[in-house]
Amino acid sequence: MSTEILSGNEAIARGAFEAGVRVASAYPGTPSTEILENIIKYPSINASWAPNEKVALEVAIGASFGGGRAIACMKHVGVNVAADPLFTLSYTGVGGGLVLVAADDPEMHSSQNEQDSRNYAKFAKIPMLEPADSQECKEFTRLAFELSEQFDTPVMIRSCTRISHGKSIVELGEPVKGLPEPKLVKNPAKLVMLPGNARVRHPLVEERTVRLSEYGDSWSINRADYRSAAMGIICTGVTYQYVREALPEAATLKLGMVHPLPKNLIREFAAKVERLFVVEELDPFIEEQVSAMGIAVTGKEVISLCGELSPGRIREAFARAGIITKTIDAQQPAQEKLPPRPPNMCPGCPHRGVFHLLSRANAYVTGDIGCYTLGFMPPLNAMDTCVCMGASISTASGIVRALPREEQQRVVAVIGDSTFLHTGVNSLMEMAYNQAPATVIILDNRITAMTGRQENPASGYTLTGIEAPEVNIPALCRTLGIRHVRVVDPYDLEATRSVLAEEMARPEPSVVVTNRPCCLIKGEGRFDRSPVLEVDSDACTGCRACLRIGCPAIEWLPALDGPKGKASIDPQLCTGCTLCQQLCKFDAIHRAGGTK
Amino acid sequence: MNKPVTNILLVGVGGQGILLASEILAEAFMLAGFDVKKSEIHGMSQRGGSVVSHVRFGTEVFSPVVPEGEGDILFGFELLETYRCLSLLKPGARVVVNDFRIPPPAVLLGQETYPEGLAEKINARFSNFQLIDGLKLAAEAGDPRAANTVLLGAVAQYLDIADGVWQKALEKMVPKKALPVNLKAFQLGRSL
Repeated sequence: MSTEILSGNEAIARGAFEAGVRVASAYPGTPSTEILENIIKYPSINASWAPNEKVALEVAIGASFGGGRAIACMKHVGVNVAADPLFTLSYTGVGGGLVLVAADDPEMHSSQNEQDSRNYAKFAKIPMLEPADSQECKEFTRLAFELSEQFDTPVMIRSCTRISHGKSIVELGEPVKGLPEPKLVKNPAKLVMLPGNARVRHPLVEERTVRLSEYGDSWSINRADYRSAAMGIICTGVTYQYVREALPEAATLKLGMVHPLPKNLIREFAAKVERLFVVEELDPFIEEQVSAMGIAVTGKEVISLCGELSPGRIREAFARAGIITKTIDAQQPAQEKLPPRPPNMCPGCPHRGVFHLLSRANAYVTGDIGCYTLGFMPPLNAMDTCVCMGASISTASGIVRALPREEQQRVVAVIGDSTFLHTGVNSLMEMAYNQAPATVIILDNRITAMTGRQENPASGYTLTGIEAPEVNIPALCRTLGIRHVRVVDPYDLEATRSVLAEEMARPEPSVVVTNRPCCLIKGEGRFDRSPVLEVDSDACTGCRACLRIGCPAIEWLPALDGPKGKASIDPQLCTGCTLCQQLCKFDAIHRAGGTK
Repeated sequence: MNKPVTNILLVGVGGQGILLASEILAEAFMLAGFDVKKSEIHGMSQRGGSVVSHVRFGTEVFSPVVPEGEGDILFGFELLETYRCLSLLKPGARVVVNDFRIPPPAVLLGQETYPEGLAEKINARFSNFQLIDGLKLAAEAGDPRAANTVLLGAVAQYLDIADGVWQKALEKMVPKKALPVNLKAFQLGRSL
């Protein structure tokens, strides 16, 4: 048997392949994105990007109803979008096995909140498995499909950033054989959830949860290991690894299935240890249920409700509560204040000039989720709200209704092409329908850039790189009822400024599409790097105008040429976009090599 | 033989090739017969933010992250980010640093200054310290972008992994075209 080092996401993709999955659908979202990007290594799986998570889950539901095994993948906040079909899917059950992977992001490394997806499994009344390393990611994915078919239920797999992006050794297996061939089977009593049918299904869902809990009592993925009986810890997923590291002597009940809980197994474990703890990331999901069983348990009074755990944090928390004595003294961090290194938009990013202009125009910017959320950062400081995918347009539409006319004119929504297609279309439809007088900028860089350049319905390519019809964004906006749609090149600052000024002044809904490919798009001539720029330090007066755009390629050299200092351009980083050149009133920035 | 876990940290700035270097390391440890886990956060940090990659190997590894204060070796791609991460290390840890600065945004804007004397400050806290001109050696190997492999070679001196294993790991993880340059860069680092 061969072994490989795989990330959790790669291992879930491998597990889907070994489980005989036919259809996979997802919307990219950190930390879940690489599952689908790796699934395309297995040509037996029909894999595609959906415009959003609700659609992705519905594609998987269709495939499952047709008798094929299907997987849908998303990040935690994506489950909010997919929640509508999920709850009814719990009632219909499945044809071929159906697995929904939700990748949580404790600590919010790249997310706007740190919701705990385990609540969704309980809320939707479906089982959830939680792997603790890449090997389990692969194994649990295969087991999830078996469980799904055995209990006629969708199954959720919960990953988290450390599992999805962590890597460990995986033993590869062979794909299962002998799965039934997909075919159409009519069964409206089970699949048409009108009230009359749904009422029949609900008691079956409740019985299923009871049967699953009993199944969990003796299922080998729920595992008790008795070391010292002084301390017993219930833990799941990556937290199990942290606990083994931080408290190696403690007895552990490692739950592979986190919903429904195996109640008899928990009672048995609790009876054998002197003191029972739950160590879990984020919510007291297990603790509350164990407590409700009448078992004395300690959890969140020791372990924080917020953020990611680590062996150090667990040890620290147990030591602070006086449960263990401190063994390792963490080193002191640097005493002096160090300049922070926040993420920044790339050199040559087509969004930078737009944010500079919005900042200069004193616009109130309702933002959205994507690279352009970084327009919030100084020196651009050009974003005032950011809630969730697609919310920028509807937020703008709402805020103008509360404002006097002169304030309305300042409201501008910014949204990327992928986010617009995700849930922005609905919001723009509303804005047009109700004639909310705000301006929407669709920052069309031809790609889903933030998550690592995934194709989308407007980019002209599919997940597997096959050419696809491109959504015509300006035409779509007009069809929705927007009368004023302008397209402008965001590298042309003056043109963009005047279009923005005109549209912001207009007492009607309007859309400005800024159209420039992301500078990280690879190949096919979709992004053309221009010759780099350089600063003529004789002409540079030290006015700092070029710094206002916050380009990582421009550095201020305070000591250069006298007291004021001068700007300098790093030729390794410059893409030649000319934004800085357009801001320079002293003609001090030229194409390298002397040509203008 | 039961080998306790060795904790390696690779730190620098998004875009410096930290991910690839950590993957080569992990691959080498697996080929040498150890359990190995690695972890880093990517996503927003790819946009020029700080990156810390954790690689752990031994007979059995649990957590994919190095517990605070238990790092054995730090592998610095950039001076400021190396300095920022010293609290992850245990006393007496080994620090191998590329003599290289990437100014963060506030420094580019002239609002803050890049701290002076970082190499000396690191050396004062960790005597097992090595400062490397990775860029120069990589250029000598044929491509300045191979600085990460020079560092890898430098760190390899302190890891008991056979030459052939490193060679195999590089062959597997580095694109074919770039392999000769990277093999040379690795050797230049290793012979420092």
